[in-house]
Amino acid sequence: MLLTNFLMLSSILFCIGVYGVLARRNAVMVLMSIELILNAVNINLIAFSALHRDLSGQVFALFIIAVAAAEVGVGLAMVLLIYRNRSSIDLDDVDMLKG
Amino acid sequence: MDTVWGDNVAQNIAFYLIAAIMVAAALRVVTTKNVVHAALYLVAVLIGMAGQFILLGAEFIAATQLLVYVGAIVVLFLFGIMLTRAQLGRDPDVDTTAAQRTTGGFVALILLVVMGYAIYGTEGMSETELPAERVQTIAEVSDSIFSTYLVPFEAISVLLLAALIGAIVLARRD
Repeated sequence: MLLTNFLMLSSILFCIGVYGVLARRNAVMVLMSIELILNAVNINLIAFSALHRDLSGQVFALFIIAVAAAEVGVGLAMVLLIYRNRSSIDLDDVDMLKG
Repeated sequence: MDTVWGDNVAQNIAFYLIAAIMVAAALRVVTTKNVVHAALYLVAVLIGMAGQFILLGAEFIAATQLLVYVGAIVVLFLFGIMLTRAQLGRDPDVDTTAAQRTTGGFVALILLVVMGYAIYGTEGMSETELPAERVQTIAEVSDSIFSTYLVPFEAISVLLLAALIGAIVLARRD
């Protein structure tokens, strides 16, 4: 198994996630793309953990999974709040801070 | 390495198969118009990811991935979609402008080229083989968490508690 295979797969998924964040206007879809990005990073950590036979990579991947769970919980609560106040989850509508 | 498939044919075939499914499903996640379909394609990506973790010998992470992502996060997403679904007339996701999509695609492509160049341009990287014996057992992982990484682990627990309270406070109706 070549290391670069896993690194490339991770890069491809990361870039797809970046595209999703940039091109989507639905807030829930943007959160899903962020999950894709966070998950792509995990492959890198696990691949290098296997390469060096070092468990730190796996522990960091676990931490990323926990942080992603926290992020999606708070993120969806915020999306719900925006939806309740403005009846829309279009991110282009949320521009009250624009000067 | 004798053939194109490398030393371990079965593992390489499994890798490419799962990777192809994951990339196809990920592309559907970011392009489909239907939000519920996007969540279901996300499940395909996340399960494929668990498969890759098993190929890399990280069994505990694979199990955690299935439990946390497929079991909890996707369900949260489905609730989020359900509670924000009642669009008045139009679906904001349908009318993403072509300019936004082109810009997003352009940026993602540039990023991919840069990262691919960094990966394949690094000396010795493209010949690096993963060790054949790479399974790391749950016992080893737990030893590592509860010795070296004990303090970060406790910090993560506090973070999860804070996120839980924060989400309740934000989403509560007063």
